[in-house]
Amino acid sequence: MAARILFPLGVVFIIVAVALVGGSISFLQPLFSVVLLYVAFAVFFFGFMARVVYWAKSPVPFRIPTTAGQEISLPWIKWSKIDNPSTTGGVLLRMFFEICLFRSLFRNLRSDLRSGWLIHSPTKWLWFLALGFHYSFLVIALRHLRLFVQPIPGFVETLDAVDGMFQIGIPPIYLTDIIILLAVSGLLIRRLCLPKVRFISLAADYFPLFLILGIVISGLLMRFVFRVDITAVKALANGVVSFHPVVPKGIGAIFFVHLALVCTLIAYFPFSKLMHMGGVFMTPTRNLANTNRMAYHENPWRKPPKFHSYEEYEDMYRDYMKEAGLPLEREE
Amino acid sequence: MYDAGKVMIGLAVFACIFLFPFLYNHGEASPKPKPSLDTPAIKALPQKKCVEDTRFMITTHMQFLNHWRDQALRDGNRWYVNKEGRKIWISLQNTCLRCHSNKKEFCDKCHNYAGVEPYCWDCHYDPNGSKL
Repeated sequence: MAARILFPLGVVFIIVAVALVGGSISFLQPLFSVVLLYVAFAVFFFGFMARVVYWAKSPVPFRIPTTAGQEISLPWIKWSKIDNPSTTGGVLLRMFFEICLFRSLFRNLRSDLRSGWLIHSPTKWLWFLALGFHYSFLVIALRHLRLFVQPIPGFVETLDAVDGMFQIGIPPIYLTDIIILLAVSGLLIRRLCLPKVRFISLAADYFPLFLILGIVISGLLMRFVFRVDITAVKALANGVVSFHPVVPKGIGAIFFVHLALVCTLIAYFPFSKLMHMGGVFMTPTRNLANTNRMAYHENPWRKPPKFHSYEEYEDMYRDYMKEAGLPLEREE
Repeated sequence: MYDAGKVMIGLAVFACIFLFPFLYNHGEASPKPKPSLDTPAIKALPQKKCVEDTRFMITTHMQFLNHWRDQALRDGNRWYVNKEGRKIWISLQNTCLRCHSNKKEFCDKCHNYAGVEPYCWDCHYDPNGSKL
């Protein structure tokens, strides 16, 4: 069990060590920045597409929505329109709540045996941490656009201002930085400390958590402790996305650590559980309307069956049947 | 591929979001700005040196200025001794901006480039013109 935790942790430490060395040697810096970014971007982009197309090739012969509420029935029975949708509008609402608010996690229950009774009670921790983590990640990713594009779009500047609105310290501490640090730590503690969750957790579950934690910590260290020249970083990032890559001199090694961890994450993305980003849209238990009994659903790979009628049978064996004196429908 | 139309729309949205920075820049790189040191006060200096070394000032001036603010306004100590032992009067307007009197060509250049909007100017003003 310990190997499942220590192996991904070790891999993250190796990435950090390699990037620390590579980022300190000036002739290796292009490899650890520009080349790494292009490779990671390409693997992410094409890998993501290929994975989605691969999934789309799987037939869904029958509707399998999770029926998390009363299906449409007689008029006096209350129908749960979002949790058991039978219309496209209902499915869209269900998908919206699933993707934007993580409704499935919100419905999470814990089950305990208390003095012989099996008690189910709501537990919102997973939902709370997941929501905090995902939205912080989104905001942080969007905020990083300021380093890639010029001129900087207004919404990025607004996001930056709102995120740093408490103006604590200089450079200001972002709220999302605090939230993501707490949320990822919480999610990691959940995996490590709950025996049932630890039992089902694999190296592939810990690796993204350690990577993201490493990214957050290296980012915070770069912002607050080991400062780097941000205009040089922008020149690098901007150069990469405008296909005129440059590697300005004098960027600290901490930047290359941060970048190596980010590139590992996005290159690993299409091969990992992180593909739930695309997969959530393709989940047949969520994105199909419950019309199992209302509409006729034809099996998509059904071929018309080959019948062999009695007439054809008789045509085949007419001569032999005649010879044996068997009765025939037609003589010729 | 099943539901090819819907999957293609989804992939197109994904591609647009991912390729946004590439398309937005349309192949034109914006090089790193060079803040101008071309002011009469800097030209008149016998030795072109800021309060600390250039590397430190480029990367850490914001934390440094914040430290200055705390020292001057909260501790009431307006003298700073730099690494070389030189005594410097702590004041944004009378020390920093005396040499760097060109806010537009100095401060704003990198701040605009990196999308940083420092709140120095919420209280201070640029004595050499420009708005508050």
